[in-house]
Parts: sequence; structure tokens; C-alpha cells
Amino acid sequence: MSESRNPLKARLRRAERMRQWKAFGLIAPLLGFLLIAFVVPIAAMMLRSVHDTELREVWPNVTEAIGGWHDRTQVPDEAVFAALAADIKASYAQKSLPTAARRLNYDLHNGRSLVFGTARKLPDAAENWTEAVISANQRWADPETWGAVARASGPFTGYFLLAALDRNRTATGKIVKSPPEEALFVGVLERTIVVGLAVTGLCLILGYPVAYLLATLPPNRGNLLMILVLLPFWTSLLVRTAAWVVVLQEHGLVNNALIWLGIIDEPVRLIYNEVGVYVAMTHILLPFMILPLYSVMKAIPPGYVRAARSLGATPTTAFVRVYVPQTLPGIGAGGLLVFIMAIGYYITPALVGGAGDQLISYFIAYYTSSSVNWGLASALGAVLLSATLLLYWVYNRLVGADGVKLG
Amino acid sequence: MAKVRTLRTPSERAWTIALWAVSCLVFFFLLAPILAIMPLSFSSGQFLTYPIPGFSLRWYAEFFTSDKWLHGLWNSVVIGVSATVLATALGTIASLGLVRANFRGKGLLMGVLISPMIVPLVITAVGFYFFFAPLGITATYPGLIIAHTALAAPFVVVTVTATLQGFDMNLARASASLGAGPSTTFFKVILPLIAPGVASGALFAFATSFDEVVIVLFVAGPEQRTLPREMFSGIRENISPTITAVATILILFSVALLVALELLRRRNARMRGTA
Repeated sequence: MSESRNPLKARLRRAERMRQWKAFGLIAPLLGFLLIAFVVPIAAMMLRSVHDTELREVWPNVTEAIGGWHDRTQVPDEAVFAALAADIKASYAQKSLPTAARRLNYDLHNGRSLVFGTARKLPDAAENWTEAVISANQRWADPETWGAVARASGPFTGYFLLAALDRNRTATGKIVKSPPEEALFVGVLERTIVVGLAVTGLCLILGYPVAYLLATLPPNRGNLLMILVLLPFWTSLLVRTAAWVVVLQEHGLVNNALIWLGIIDEPVRLIYNEVGVYVAMTHILLPFMILPLYSVMKAIPPGYVRAARSLGATPTTAFVRVYVPQTLPGIGAGGLLVFIMAIGYYITPALVGGAGDQLISYFIAYYTSSSVNWGLASALGAVLLSATLLLYWVYNRLVGADGVKLG
Repeated sequence: MAKVRTLRTPSERAWTIALWAVSCLVFFFLLAPILAIMPLSFSSGQFLTYPIPGFSLRWYAEFFTSDKWLHGLWNSVVIGVSATVLATALGTIASLGLVRANFRGKGLLMGVLISPMIVPLVITAVGFYFFFAPLGITATYPGLIIAHTALAAPFVVVTVTATLQGFDMNLARASASLGAGPSTTFFKVILPLIAPGVASGALFAFATSFDEVVIVLFVAGPEQRTLPREMFSGIRENISPTITAVATILILFSVALLVALELLRRRNARMRGTA
């Protein structure tokens, strides 16, 4: 209808639509590449934090039968015991028992020895499997043991996400705090946030005056001094970390200088502890605070402070009440940027921190390669990723997508 | 300048002095470790302490004769150059689309395209490892190149879209009206004008790949260990003076990179002035 009445308008609209399709066609190769090489792998990793089929694959009978276990204050009925016995025998023969043992060990204290011990003592045939299994190991008389089997029977589980927050479910489904010897991750999350906040604060304290100086100097001198910020920014992360190891180590420059000055008699420990982490991370992230602050300060017209001064404000009042509020967007942008980067740091704490100074990234890496518990690695990753994306969303609102500036 | 200074009150002058003092301390903090590590690489001694017992180039000789380090350098260059070429091509083409795009969901699209810059590296690395290990792509050069391309492409997109924002699209229209096809217009008109921006994007991409170690830790096999990967082991196991020699070479490389970027920025600004 409208086409016949207004052919030009319709043609224009069609041309515009064509143009947009062409634009999308140009974006599509990169989008497709990133979807395959980046977005889908990360989505699959997030899925792994709630998808759990390890036990299901090696113990198909008991994971199926346990679905009929309703009164969770009592052990399940004979059919479930018989299914367990059959699964243990079958997986022993197929050499897949260690997989089941490892999976149960995540959730069950000494789960590994429980599984192997039961397999060793289980008779070939029995009248009553409930009795036979319980006499092989007393722990099968405890509903909580069966609760762990039920939680591991998949295909979907909240176990890993709860474990990442130091929580667990009882057999009856109540969420409780994990026992102290297993409660590890809330402490790690707290440490990650504390280190992130402290590094952000240090960067702000050190970066603000420098950004102010650079923004208020005449451009030629300001640009010259800017190089002093950009050179470390462009220097390899590993070079800077190596430099701090050399400078801070037991007979390094700082210790030698302090001894030479007579401030200390013995070398003090400055690395492989908190001090090293704070110093190296602040050094590495400082330019990310200075650069956004600088670009905001550069755009502040000097007239406001002059007006405040001419109206009788002291330099301090004019600075605190007139200048600083105008830099708040820069403080927000720089602070969020530094905090987002700090909570995701892995390399620097791994190289200059002690065993007790590792952040959440270290544990993601640890459960991926050293202690293979991919579900838990993914769940910790999900916690870190959601925090990062949430903070980035705030950053984006504050700065705008075009605010991502480089160098 | 001098006249303005005499107008300042004593308290203002105290402020200025304090500002300079604090800033100089921060500059010292930023530069001292980088400057301190360089002379140690010329030391003739084994220990990373001052005073240096004597001058020698033995640690550089060790670097340039060690298979381990040279292989790492070679890997870094091969992977870095390949990822840069791919990321620059994909990123520049996408940027051309992005500046013209005006459809709904463009914000979300932009978010996806730059997400590799935001997602913590360890998540990118572990996600890639989980997904690509069963396909047998890990511990191969293509695997690392793909991962580094994904990581580096957003830097090209951000740099090139910024450059294109200052590009006068009438030039492309003029070219089209004179009978040039889209590819002629791109190669003869658009590309020469945005070349400095594309080159800075490529430098960012190369620097990203060249400095990356977390993905290499998870995805690379022993054959693909890059220079930063060797440095990581070196720092962790036993920090030797050879590492200070590598560090010095890399610092000089960063200086060169910084100079190149500054020259490109000036050239870009000049082109905008004349465009």
C-alpha cells in the first residue's frame, strides 16, 4: 500500500536496509571468528560449571536408580544398593572406577578410599545387597553418603557453584556452609576483592597528582613527561615483573639500599608475600589510572577554579570543592578499569606472591591443570566472569563504549 | 610564564612544589625498576646485585647462542606476525562495517567484538583449552595463532574505528561516483588515508600477542613456547642474568614501538588536517 503511495520513501528505506546488510556483511567475518574462537568456548566453560555427567557415564545404573530415592532421611531401598554394587563391579572391570572415585571425592570426605574400599570388599553375589554394601563399608549406612551420590548423578548440578561459594547441600537438600577444612573460596574471593580495592586505592593516590601535573603543564612539556608514563605502560608485563623480582629480592637493590642507609640490619622479605603483590600490581596498573584521569582533566576548563579563587576561595578550597568534583568521571573510569584488571590478574601474583597471596585466577588455573576438577574451575571462572562483566557494564554506562581509549 | 609565577601566593607555590615532588617520586617508582634491570644485563658477574663487578656481554652471548631462547623468540615472532595479519585484516574490514552500521543491537555487537579485551585472560585461556583440547588444536601453532588473533582483534577494531570516525566519507562517495568499484575505492582511496590508524592497530595487535603468556601457558605445547613463556619459567625457577639481557632487549623493543606509534599518531593527525 504505502509502496504505491510513496515509492521514493520505500525505495530509500530499501536502499538503507541494503546498506545495513552490507555493513553487517563486513562485520560478519570477525563476528563469526570470535563466536567460534572465543564466545562459544567461554559459554561451554560456563555450562561445565552446572553440567556434570562424569559419574553418570561410569555408574549409569545407580545414578538412574537414585532418582527414586525420596525419603532422604533414610538410606535408599534395596534396588539402589543393588544398582551401586552392579556399577562398582562393572566400572572395576572397565577400569573406570577411578573416575567415579575422583568425582565422589570432590564432594565426600575420603570419597576415594570409600569407593576403592567398597570395591575391594564387595562379594561376587549377595542375597541382600543393602547388607552386603554396608558391611563392605559402614559409610553406606549414612544418608549423607547417598546424598553425595545423588548430587553427583547429574546431568545438571549446583554443586560446583555452591562449592565455589563454600556452600554444600545436605542429603535433604538444605544449603549449609562447607566444613572449615574445605571452605577455601570465600576467603580467596575476599582476598581478591581486598587486593583489588587496595591496588585501586594506591593507583588513585599515586596517579591523581601525576595526571594533574601532566594535564596542567604546557603541552610540549606535558607530552615529554607523558613518555615517562607510557614507557612502563608499553614495557612487557613479564619484563616489569622480572624487574621487581630483581629489585625486591633478598639481596636486591631495595634491601641493599636500606642496609646501606642503616635503616635495617638484616634484609627484610619484600617479595613472595603481600608486599611484592601490592608493589608489582600497583606499578603495572598505575598507567591505566593515569591515562583516563589525564584525558578527563585535560578537558576541564581552567575558568572554574579561577572563578572560585576570584570569589575568595583559598587554593585548597577551590581545588577540593571545584576541581576534584569535575574529575569524578575520570576517577570512576580509572578506578573501575584498574579494579577490573586487578581482580583478573594471574601472572604477577603467581610470580611475586607467596602461597597465601594467590587470587581467584590462580585457583581457576590450579583446578584446570594441577588438580583436575574442571567443574570447580569453571564455577570459579563463572564467579569471576560475572563480577567482571557487571563492573564493565557499570564502566560502560559511565564512560560510554567509545570511551575505550588506547595509549 | 615568569610573570604568571610571580603572581602566585606562597601557599600556591607550596602546592606546586609538593605536586612536583610527589609526581617525581611516582615517575621514579614507574621507571626505576625498568632502568635498574638494564645495567645488570651487562654485568660480568653471576649475581643480580650492584655494584657490578665488571662489564661483559656474556649474557647477551648466552641469549643469542641458546636454542631455548632463540626458539622462543622465533615462536613469538611467528605467532605474533600471523595473529597480527589475521587480526588486522578481520578487524579493519569489521571496522568499515561498524562505522556504517546503524541497526538495532549494534551496542551488543560492539560488546561482543571487544569482549576479549575485557574477559580475564585466565578465563579466555581455560575456556579455549577445554574447548579445543578434544579437537587436538592445542599444542599446535594454528591453535595459538587462533587464540592470539581473537585476543588482538579488538585492539584493531578500537583503533581503526576511531580513525574512521575522522574519515570524510564524501571521498569514498566521490570515488564511487567516478566509477570506482567498492574494492578499488577501498584500496585506492580509503586504505591510503586510514593507513596510519591501521598500522597503529596492527602494532597494538602485535604487542598484545608478543607479550601474552597466560594463553600460551595453557594452550602451547613444548614446541610452541614463546619468549614470554620462557621468561615466566625463568623468573619462577631461577632468575639468571640472561633474563635481564632478554628484558633489556624487550625494553628497547618497547621504546621502538612507542616511537613508531607516536610517529603514526602525528601522521594520522596531519592526514586529518589535509583531508
